[in-house]
Amino acid sequence: MSDSGNPEVHAEPTTFLRKWIFSIDHKIIGIQYYFLALIAVFIGLALSVLMRLRLAWPNESWPLLEKIFPIGFDGGPMTPEFYLALMTMHGTIMVFFVLTTAPQGGFGNYFLPIQIGAHDMAFPVLNMLSFWVTFVSMGVMVAAFFVVGGAPISGWTAYAPLSALGEVAGPGLGAGQNLWIISIALFCLASLLGALNFITTVLNMRAKGMTLMKMPLTVWTWFTTAILALLSFPVLLAGGILLLLDRLGGTSFFIPGGLVVSDTVIEHSGGSPILWQHLFWFFGHPEVYIAILPGMGVASQLLSTFARKPIFGYRAMVVAIFAIGLLGFFVWGHHMFVSGLSPLSALIFSVITLTIGVPSAIKTFNWLGTLWGGKIRFTTAMLYAIGFVSLFVSGGITGLFLGQTSIDVQLHDTYFPVAHFHMIMGVAALFGIFGGTYYWFPKMFGRMLNEWWGKFHFWITFIGVNAIFIPMHLMGIMGGLRRYAQSTEFKFLEPLQSYQEFVSIAAFITAAAQVIFLVNLFWSIFKGKKASENPWESTTLEWTIPSPPPHDNFAGKIPIVHHDPYEYGVPGSPRDFVMQTDPPIEKNK
Amino acid sequence: MAISFAVTIWLIVLATIYLFSGQMGWFPPQVSEHGGAIDDQFFYTLIVVGVAFTLAQVILGYYVWRYRSSAHKEVTYTHGNTKVEIVATVVTAVVFVTLAIMGQKVWAQLHLQGIPEGAIKVEVTAQQFAWNIRYPGADGQFGRTIPQLINDQLNPVGVDPKDPASEDDIVTLNRMAIPVNRDIQITLRSKDVTHSFFVPALRFKQDTTPGMAISSHFKALKIGEYEIACAELCGIQHYKMRGFLMVMSGEDFAGWLKEQSEY
Repeated sequence: MSDSGNPEVHAEPTTFLRKWIFSIDHKIIGIQYYFLALIAVFIGLALSVLMRLRLAWPNESWPLLEKIFPIGFDGGPMTPEFYLALMTMHGTIMVFFVLTTAPQGGFGNYFLPIQIGAHDMAFPVLNMLSFWVTFVSMGVMVAAFFVVGGAPISGWTAYAPLSALGEVAGPGLGAGQNLWIISIALFCLASLLGALNFITTVLNMRAKGMTLMKMPLTVWTWFTTAILALLSFPVLLAGGILLLLDRLGGTSFFIPGGLVVSDTVIEHSGGSPILWQHLFWFFGHPEVYIAILPGMGVASQLLSTFARKPIFGYRAMVVAIFAIGLLGFFVWGHHMFVSGLSPLSALIFSVITLTIGVPSAIKTFNWLGTLWGGKIRFTTAMLYAIGFVSLFVSGGITGLFLGQTSIDVQLHDTYFPVAHFHMIMGVAALFGIFGGTYYWFPKMFGRMLNEWWGKFHFWITFIGVNAIFIPMHLMGIMGGLRRYAQSTEFKFLEPLQSYQEFVSIAAFITAAAQVIFLVNLFWSIFKGKKASENPWESTTLEWTIPSPPPHDNFAGKIPIVHHDPYEYGVPGSPRDFVMQTDPPIEKNK
Repeated sequence: MAISFAVTIWLIVLATIYLFSGQMGWFPPQVSEHGGAIDDQFFYTLIVVGVAFTLAQVILGYYVWRYRSSAHKEVTYTHGNTKVEIVATVVTAVVFVTLAIMGQKVWAQLHLQGIPEGAIKVEVTAQQFAWNIRYPGADGQFGRTIPQLINDQLNPVGVDPKDPASEDDIVTLNRMAIPVNRDIQITLRSKDVTHSFFVPALRFKQDTTPGMAISSHFKALKIGEYEIACAELCGIQHYKMRGFLMVMSGEDFAGWLKEQSEY
């Protein structure tokens, strides 16, 4: 590790273009990522509202919506292909442009350098490039809605050969699917650049005294996430290129011989659909942790800060973060138990999958340990952190069903896994983002978010997501199949319909409540109460500098770190917290 | 704030327990030989998960209420407890790995044991958006298939008439009859994209992966008609790719096969 970070501070930009658009300042880039994710999350949310409309009332016509989306309605109820396009785009946009982008690209970019005492990322220009490639990638993704045939209908997993055969297999599988693949390939590239930057920054640019074991847990999770991204995105990138070649170049990586679609023999031979699944899930499973790990970091930071107590078992937390990251690379086969995977390897994947529950349980245990004996301050950020723990438990624990080969036979591709992953990598991760927003907004914008509206937003969201996703597990137990445009065509699905309506109504209320967040955010940027340097009485380095921080973060004075990151409630200390940069004190006075 | 938060968490726990008690809906009825074991394994896991879930959430709610700053002024300054940490890790690991190993039994029976002798052979060829069911006929052998011969109306799986084994093959659409209490060897194929052959009442699900012929086996224990659904996204009519499994007495099955062969 270097002693004083990188001495070469880039000059403060003077033009609007270099300051706000093509900025190389990690803080501006972080804000850019955050707002890109904000746009994405509201697009994704709108798509899910439309989906829920069809699922609850499949035969209803919506004249107003028909005017907005003439191709999606065809003179009556929403068409199944439009439903599948919404579903594909909802999943893709949420996973890539929200859950991967906001916690890592947004908060990670903004706060990782500051929390380790660096003036910027290791490669500022590369950082700018990663953002702009992500931006273009999102543009390409959204463009898929507007090409002939519309957006792809093959789901966010784009299983071949459905995704490989082209328009012959269904609408949206022509130009729309091509754009989808190109967008994902760009995203992989951007994430790869970002990951390199994060890893180098953590390893090389820590301030004096900021040893690895003094890093805040947020830094540990961003660091681990970057390693996961570095190792998993290239695999998806390769998969995406091969898929595109199958579609446009006449190759047969994923298309076996002898296929016949609508009585037309497909001129391909020798490929394997299972190969796509291996490549996809070799990326796809670590991706789950890419989405949730930063949330775990934020939850740890907030629970300790607002319980006014050191984090319980810091070392165990670091080990657990790494164990989750490592094991996350050996469980991808559990997505493929019924795919035709060797039944023997399924056994092995199953055991490793349940093992990954162990470090997750340790984290939960340590979060409870952190609350125990604390002095809890119920800020909005803290409500989200506690909500995160509750959702993490509810969402994580159902993995114990799905990780078992035999139970997965029945539950695979039902609403049960849909409920499971929405609860954990969807809303738990989002609670991490919300918590992070309420906590760091004062630092980013120099003003406070409105706490009353924040809490109001929290209550509706917390109760809302539970009302949506807990009954959804039961829909899966009843046999309800995911990716069905409606569940009215089978006798065994009949009991599901009342659940579909309940879940849709809960979803509409929860979705509407998100407007509160949006208004609060924009109102507070301009009109919020002015924030002090350290409004939460936190200990990490970002709270030692002005809100918002100056261009080079520390105004030329690189900090020296003396203390662990979560020193709250220290006996004998004048305040109830010790900043990481406070001068050393004699212990046990 | 603290008390309402704690109560909300506890109420969510109560509602969840009620939902998972089976009062509000449960698995479809189960009619296969192996399905009971899957349901049992689900039940055991439910107990473990239920206890862990309830404990974690109730404690979370309790701490939120108990350690609110207005009631609890003295912070317990601690960085953790290695002994407790190790005990918690070991206990969790033992419980989780035990579950994982228990969960493998049914799987191993289904997939790792050979197909029982004398099993009735049935082949399923999935396509957008239908199930083609083929029986080998009296010779017990499926005739060769050739993709180029496929014609949705006349020859849906492309059976080669030149192969003598194909002469007595019987092909039906979306209707699969099987005798009760007999081992069934099922071979799953696809003509176009990946589908998944799911019979909820059998607790049986297996993808039909293009390019592969996946064999498995099961035994149905109860006469009746059960739905076959596609469980893997296969295109726009995925949601109505419906078939029927008709479990019959041995006599009825023989009669049914004869009837089909006359077409």
